[in-house]
Amino acid sequence: MAKINSAKELQAYKDEVVKKVEAAGKKEVAVCCGTGCQAYGAKDVVAAFQEEIKKQGLDDKVEIKPTGCHGFCERGTLVLMHPEKQLYQRVKPDAVAEIVEKTLKNGEIIEAHLYDNPATGEKHKLESEIPFYANQKRLILSNNGEIDPTSIDDYIAHGGYLGLAKSIEMGPEKTIAEVKEAKLRGRGGGGFPAGVKWELAAKQEADQKYIICNADEGDPGAFMDRSILEGNPQAVIEGMTIAALATGADTAYVYVRYEYPLAIERLTIALEQAREKGFIGENILGSGKNFEIKINKGGGAFVCGEETALIRSIEGKTGIPKPKPPFPAESGVFGKPTNINNVETYANVPGILREGAKWFTSMGTENSAGTKIFSLVGKVNNTGLVEVEMGMTLRDIIFKIGGGVPNGRKFKAVQTGGPSGGCLPESKLDLKVDFDSLTQEGSMMGSGGMIVMDDQTCMVDVCKYFLGFLKFESCGNCTTCREGLRRLHELVSLVADGKGDENTIPLIEELCETVEKGSLCALGTTGVNPVRSTLKYFRDEYEAHIKDKKCPAGVCTELITYEITDACTGCLVCKKRCPENCISGDKKQKHVIDTDKCIKCGICKDACKFDAVRIF
Amino acid sequence: MTVEITINGVKAKAEKGESLLEVIRKYGFVVPSLCHHHAVEPCGSCRVCLVSVTDNGRTKLAASCNYKVREGLDVTTDSEEIRRNRAMVLELMLAESNAPQVQKLAAEYGVTSSRFSTEETKALAAERDGCILCGLCVRVCEEVVEVAALNFEGRGDKRDVGTPYQEAPQNCIACGACAYVCPTDCIGFVEEDGVRKLKKWKRELPMAKDPSGRPIAPQFQLYYFTQKAGLPADFYKKGGPGSR
Repeated sequence: MAKINSAKELQAYKDEVVKKVEAAGKKEVAVCCGTGCQAYGAKDVVAAFQEEIKKQGLDDKVEIKPTGCHGFCERGTLVLMHPEKQLYQRVKPDAVAEIVEKTLKNGEIIEAHLYDNPATGEKHKLESEIPFYANQKRLILSNNGEIDPTSIDDYIAHGGYLGLAKSIEMGPEKTIAEVKEAKLRGRGGGGFPAGVKWELAAKQEADQKYIICNADEGDPGAFMDRSILEGNPQAVIEGMTIAALATGADTAYVYVRYEYPLAIERLTIALEQAREKGFIGENILGSGKNFEIKINKGGGAFVCGEETALIRSIEGKTGIPKPKPPFPAESGVFGKPTNINNVETYANVPGILREGAKWFTSMGTENSAGTKIFSLVGKVNNTGLVEVEMGMTLRDIIFKIGGGVPNGRKFKAVQTGGPSGGCLPESKLDLKVDFDSLTQEGSMMGSGGMIVMDDQTCMVDVCKYFLGFLKFESCGNCTTCREGLRRLHELVSLVADGKGDENTIPLIEELCETVEKGSLCALGTTGVNPVRSTLKYFRDEYEAHIKDKKCPAGVCTELITYEITDACTGCLVCKKRCPENCISGDKKQKHVIDTDKCIKCGICKDACKFDAVRIF
Repeated sequence: MTVEITINGVKAKAEKGESLLEVIRKYGFVVPSLCHHHAVEPCGSCRVCLVSVTDNGRTKLAASCNYKVREGLDVTTDSEEIRRNRAMVLELMLAESNAPQVQKLAAEYGVTSSRFSTEETKALAAERDGCILCGLCVRVCEEVVEVAALNFEGRGDKRDVGTPYQEAPQNCIACGACAYVCPTDCIGFVEEDGVRKLKKWKRELPMAKDPSGRPIAPQFQLYYFTQKAGLPADFYKKGGPGSR
């Protein structure tokens, strides 16, 4: 493959690729092969499609395209048929023969594979009709359903690297000005203006500068960055290259956790292809500038997502945060000026350069422009990755896109911002989501985790979970964080066990102040958010645990008992499943749980078809 | 580069990048600390040296030992807020350390017992024997002695200081620098019967004697010194000046 040496050559190459695709006139079938859909068996679906189109003689008419994550994980494996964008969901390999014959050959729609809207009972043919997609603004994720992440030609055909070409033409100063004007804020959680960071790094005088892409996505339940790297790695590479030329860096690291093997695999392929085409390496697009990207696999410590700890980890040291200033832009990896942004931030850059800052600021709110990707998980009907304009309300995200809470349960809280974020109650559902509004309410944007909880969730238990995560993931350097989070976890556990007293909550609050003010990095300073926000919005639950020794949601095992009601038909199912053998009763007789032996695992409740097992 | 900062209303001059704690002390103000020693890089572990810093218009509490001085800092070293938070840090520490040094400092802040103390923490305190995990020993061994026989292990609430595989470190020269800088005196440095022992690290080394028969230092330590300084191999055998 020949190198592309100028913007003109790039445009010509793009036209050529597009023409080739058009001339082939093939119908494209995009099969989602994100990690989620692969777990559903997407690879087998792809194989089945390839075999079937050969069998049915559609080789020259249909192209099967394994792509990155389409976002609607709840309904995988997803099969999107271009150009109409018909969507088949929950496709299994054994359904493929029929799809090829009826839909691809004869244009018939198979109703069984369509999305059925649980709210209206309607079946939707097109992706754009499904509320999950219709209410999103997919700037970055849209390409995930269009392009093959292992094909740079696909990316180029969709306007790839035009942003880089434009940036080379504009020069570093104007590029930085454009990014500043676009008000692009760091998507990793900090929300710091990317352009200001770039400018600071560009200003430094040094023989060597670095670029780092933070792909150490550590929040439980968050997978935005992984999906971008898996589905559209070239966008991240292009964003990083633009940043490198703007700041004067010639080497970059992508710090990605080893738990993301597919992301690493796709990124490795993408880097090779970008190098062959001359988008990285020597003399990028004929500009005379050189830039190389290396992959650095992280061990998976949560604290290594903190930029100074990440930098230490790249240097081969233990991931322990350092005080700022000096900022990485002044003294970063190996003491050299370093610009560090997150995956999603870099993925936003090519579009800003290609379409201009005005286009970008036309979306979102005054101080938070553009879109944000959230991983919508927990007790919500449509779990998956959603990309929305900044300023959309939590209610719209959870109910319009997410389809609300399953099984007719009541919404209780939404946890945003990962372990150091906070839990917001129903009264905050009309909050417009952007960097500042969430922080004002005691939570944060974080990297975009959004966990929905229903009325069967105990907020004391949730708080205990997050504190347990944080105390384990703290680097342990600051006494306030190491001992403080450990003691907070202990105190909240006391409450959950019904052993708290009137001094427990005041002590928790007193300790929160010191953990927040006395710790160095955000792991400690925002680590108190789960406690503060649950105490602020769900204090009555803490009090019920302490005063009444009751867990209102029926979760905290020390405070509940399982009992079998008269609804029991004596079917023996719970008795057979009980791991402790503590359920007695004969066939067609009401069963009884021996509460002394019961370990409160809840298996009987889950197994009962008659809802006869109740928590008291 | 010399910069000007303000400490408790007093104008002070310092070198850019210097440790804020050291500048504060140079100007005669008292700020407690346990994990700091001027010979090693500060790491801000104990958090007792918290002060209030206004930097670039933003005021926050920060550990002063690893805060690098820059132009225009406005520092307050004592206030109700600072004392309250230092007291809480010490109360946390007191739950896990029975060191008299910690008890004494805590008492200065009105903390005589810890509300976090449980049977479990008492057992842990006994096991740690005063250690507050500040890692001064680790840092001095690596940065000053340049042996790096000690290390941190684990993270979060599993963090500890120790030796690889909890065994006596074979590269330890038993110089005792760790014991010298330890703020809670928990390493256990003793010399008896011509053997130097560092109890916490389980390291015991026989000592070389000068011609009059008095023990000088561990043979291995002297060997390390002669190697490091390029001295003749028999340098310490000659006795006289320099032998102790």
